[in-house]
Parts: sequence; structure tokens; C-alpha cells
Amino acid sequence: MQNPQGFGVSEETLLKMQLTLEFGGGLELLCDSKKIHNVNVEQQNGEDKLTMKDLLSWVRTNLIKERPEMFMKGDTVRPGVLVLVNDCDWELSGQLNTLLEEKDVVVFISTLHGG
Amino acid sequence: MNERMEEGKRVGRLCCLCNQRRASLKRPKTLQNICRECFYTVFEDEIHQVIINNKLFTPGERIAIGASGGKDSTVLAYVLSKLNRLHNYGLHLFLLSVDEGITGYRDDSLETVHRNQIQYGLPLQIVSYKDLYGWTMDDIVNLIGFKNNCTFCGVFRRQALDRGATLLKADKLVTGHNADDIAETVLLNLLRGDIARLSRCTSITTGEDDGFVLHFSLFQSLTPSLTYAYFKKLDYFSTECIYSPNAYRGFAREFIKDLERMRPKAILDIIKSGENFRISNSTKMPEQGTCQRCGYISSQKWCKACVLLDGLNRGLPKLGIGRSRASVGSKKTIESKQFKDEEACELLLLFVARNVSLAASEHHIRSGSGSVSVIVYGDQDKLALMTYHPDLAGLVTLYILVSLRFWRACCLSVLARLLTKWNEIDDLINGQEAFTRFRKKNHVLESFSSKLSFVKNG
Repeated sequence: MQNPQGFGVSEETLLKMQLTLEFGGGLELLCDSKKIHNVNVEQQNGEDKLTMKDLLSWVRTNLIKERPEMFMKGDTVRPGVLVLVNDCDWELSGQLNTLLEEKDVVVFISTLHGG
Repeated sequence: MNERMEEGKRVGRLCCLCNQRRASLKRPKTLQNICRECFYTVFEDEIHQVIINNKLFTPGERIAIGASGGKDSTVLAYVLSKLNRLHNYGLHLFLLSVDEGITGYRDDSLETVHRNQIQYGLPLQIVSYKDLYGWTMDDIVNLIGFKNNCTFCGVFRRQALDRGATLLKADKLVTGHNADDIAETVLLNLLRGDIARLSRCTSITTGEDDGFVLHFSLFQSLTPSLTYAYFKKLDYFSTECIYSPNAYRGFAREFIKDLERMRPKAILDIIKSGENFRISNSTKMPEQGTCQRCGYISSQKWCKACVLLDGLNRGLPKLGIGRSRASVGSKKTIESKQFKDEEACELLLLFVARNVSLAASEHHIRSGSGSVSVIVYGDQDKLALMTYHPDLAGLVTLYILVSLRFWRACCLSVLARLLTKWNEIDDLINGQEAFTRFRKKNHVLESFSSKLSFVKNG
């Protein structure tokens, strides 16, 4: 996915990170019913690192097309959304403080829909 | 948000159980970090233990698995057929699905069940509302709209599953629920003031002695089936029913998910509270009989499905929804009690959420100046929360009666308030504040014995 904001800013200052995002359990309905998104996320505020917190706000702005309240509550995911970073529950990696690296796979699955 | 975690995911902790592989998730029950392989083992073992400890099955039995295509029933079908092979249960397993007739929802999820049939090699039986009752959910929603349609669907589904099990000549019917579902049900039954259901919703099996069908809720093992389904790449269907967005259950679901975030054990505690509920001896319980119209188990002359169906067929779909018995004459008292009732709800809910035992046996809660005892009595139409403080002039009783009509209305606002006040709850229960808080209500303090008899009469 090309980000139009990338133009006009010098390439050196904006590091982009390539990530694979997967939405499941009904969350894919919020982003064009597409489950897997290969994205390039630019680091925020010239920082040289990208955390889950940054990624969530990026997702909210760039991927979520409707009912963002189904995905987020405050600055984090809505309770009941399972988050895995490289198949590992984000509770083990520091939740919002989890540092992301190139080619990481982040999965969001909602548990709020019926069983 | 609690930020105790270290930064950075590359710390790569090892699994607590095998000490070999990288931990992948946190087990909610024990908060241990475990790897995927160990998680599978733990998850399957827990279900195996539930089956063995409760002597759920006997070799040679025909077992119908309620299969909706959703995550819980898919995990159930997968794990049960695996355990059946692994531990030689000697069971004949069948998939049983109900077609409610919801275009764009059930037809899609039934495709998942059809795939499961092939994947797990289990025979599949589908029963439909159209065949059983002559109405699809689409028809019903066309007639009555989005409100209350879940009542029809729930009542019909339960019976349809039993009828399907009869078709399969099944000895038992197994349904998959997870800990969240059960906690939700505990709260919902509390909110509805449905003491009869409250006392049985946490039990692992339901079904009466003469009924050949038993319902098992296998996911009392309290490990997340979603994680299992995802890691095992099981084929399941996950879209919210298009007719359910207004269902009351949604509120309870969000509430417990919020609670869980603040205190991971909250869900288990709610279930534990539900298990601890005891009905006082003075409460009249409905007797189980059979429906005079269709022969299905019922505590009334006609079973709920027949009442609803009769209403539909006569063009009076509101028949059978809501309470037929209205308590007249008490309106004034309810209004003047408004404030107290809200507080009562709040107290009761917080006790439940903290798993402070609500059984009729006294439970002592430490407070700044001694201990407070809590006893809860329930009744079909009234819920009462009773506490007394032994240090106060002998025996002082704080008594709050919650009338059902007001109960439900104030519960939602109470749920919201509880969330914002969660941090104070520890103090409320454990500390000095509990005492002062109870004491502030001096104006409702009344003698233990007179109130007790009032509960019986009420």
C-alpha cells in the first residue's frame, strides 16, 4: 500500500517498515472484508522504532473503514480482541510497548462474536 | 492500563512447562507463559479430565455434537473426535446442526459445518426451523422486527437440538461453550433475576432424569478455545448473527471483557460465584413436567416454544415475551427505593465479580473494624442482598431488597459505573471504606429476623 504522505518528504528521514497484518473473527469486515494486508508503515515523529501503539493508530487511520469502536477502545484494542505478534500473544511481549521489526506478522482476532 | 511488562518482544521467554520452546501465550487460569505445543496438550488434557471426572460418557454411546460452525463447536468437534481416538472412549460421534433460516448468516456457517463433516469424518444431521415449526428466522424477523427475535431463536434452537438428537438416536447431546459464555450467562440470569436458571447455568450437565438427552458444556476447562482454533488453523465461521446486534447479551459480553482486562481472573470468579449461588429453602421452584401440546419438557402447561409458536401462528407474536406476572401495588415503594436499589445492584454485582461467596453460608469480609458477613437470598421476583456487621450493637442487619422491575432498568447504568469505580472496589470490600459505606446506610438498617420473614412472605 502506497502512502501518499510519503511524497515531498526526504526519503532518509522516513523509515518504512514492511508488515503483514491479519484480521479475523469478524474484524476483517471493518477493513474491506480483506483478511490479510501487506503494508508499509512509516515510523512516527521521526522515531527510529515502531511500537504496537504506533501501529494501532496507523491501522485505525489507514485500514479501518467503519465502526472503529469495534476495533479500538481508548488507545488500545477493544477488550476481547486477541493480538498475536509473530504467533505470540502480545501479553508476553509488552502489549502496546511491543517493538515491531521488519517483516513481522501481526494478527488481530475478535472474540466477541458468537461461538 | 497496566504496564508492568518489559519492553521489547525479543526477550523470548521459554515455556514454563517444557522449558524448551519459546512461550507463545499466557494461560489465563494460571498466568503461566506456555508454548503452543504445551498449550495443545494442556487444553486437550483439561477437557479429558472434565470428561473423566464427571463420568460424562460410557463406551458405545451415540453422542450428538451441536455444531454451529462457530469456533467453540468446531473446537469441540475436533477435540472430542481426537480424544475419542486417543483414549478409546468408544463413542459414536455425530455432528448436529440447526438451520434457523437466516439468509447470509446460517447458510454460510452451515457450509463450514459441511466442510467439518469431511475434515473430521463425522456424519452430519441438519434440522431446520422451517421443517420443525413452519417458520424461518427470516420470516419471524419480517413479522416482529429486530427486537426480541433472539428469544424465539434461543427457545427454538434448544428444542431443535433435542429433536435432532432424537432423530440421530443419540444418547447425549454435547454443546461447546467457553468460560466467557458461561460468565455472561451468570450475569444475564442475575440481571433478569432468574434464580432458577442462575442455579443451574454453571452446572456441566443439564437434562432431567427421564430425559435421554444431556447437555454438556465442555469448555468449563476455562482455556481459550479461540487461541486453540487459531493456532490449529481450524476451519470455523465467525460472523455475528445479523439479527442479534440488539441482544441484551452483547452488553454483558462487553462488560466481562472489560472486567477481564482489569483483572484477568474476573471471568473465572464470576463463574465461581454462579456455582456458589444457593437457593434459599423458602423459594418456590418451578416443577418440571411435560408440554401438553408437544411433549417436550416444560415447567408450564405448554412449553415456551409452543407458546411462542402459537403466538406467531395467531398473528400475536408478542405473546409469551416478557413477564406475564406483573407485581401490582408496589410502584410507590419502588420509586422511593430507587437509590437503594441501584446500590444493591452495584453491591451484588461487585460481589459476584469478585467471587465473594454468595452462598447462604456466611462469608466474612474483612473491614477496618471487624468483619462483615454477606448472605444473599434470591426469589423468583426479588433478589435480596443481606449483610450484617457483628461488631455493631449485637447483630445489625443491612438489608436491601431489589424489586425485579427496577432491577433490570438500573443494571446497565450500574454496570457502567462499576467499571469506572473498579479501583475502589478492593477498598470497598477489604478496607475501612466497606464499613463506613455500610454504615452510611443506617436508615435502612433493620432487624434481621423481621426482614427474613419478609423475604419469605415476599
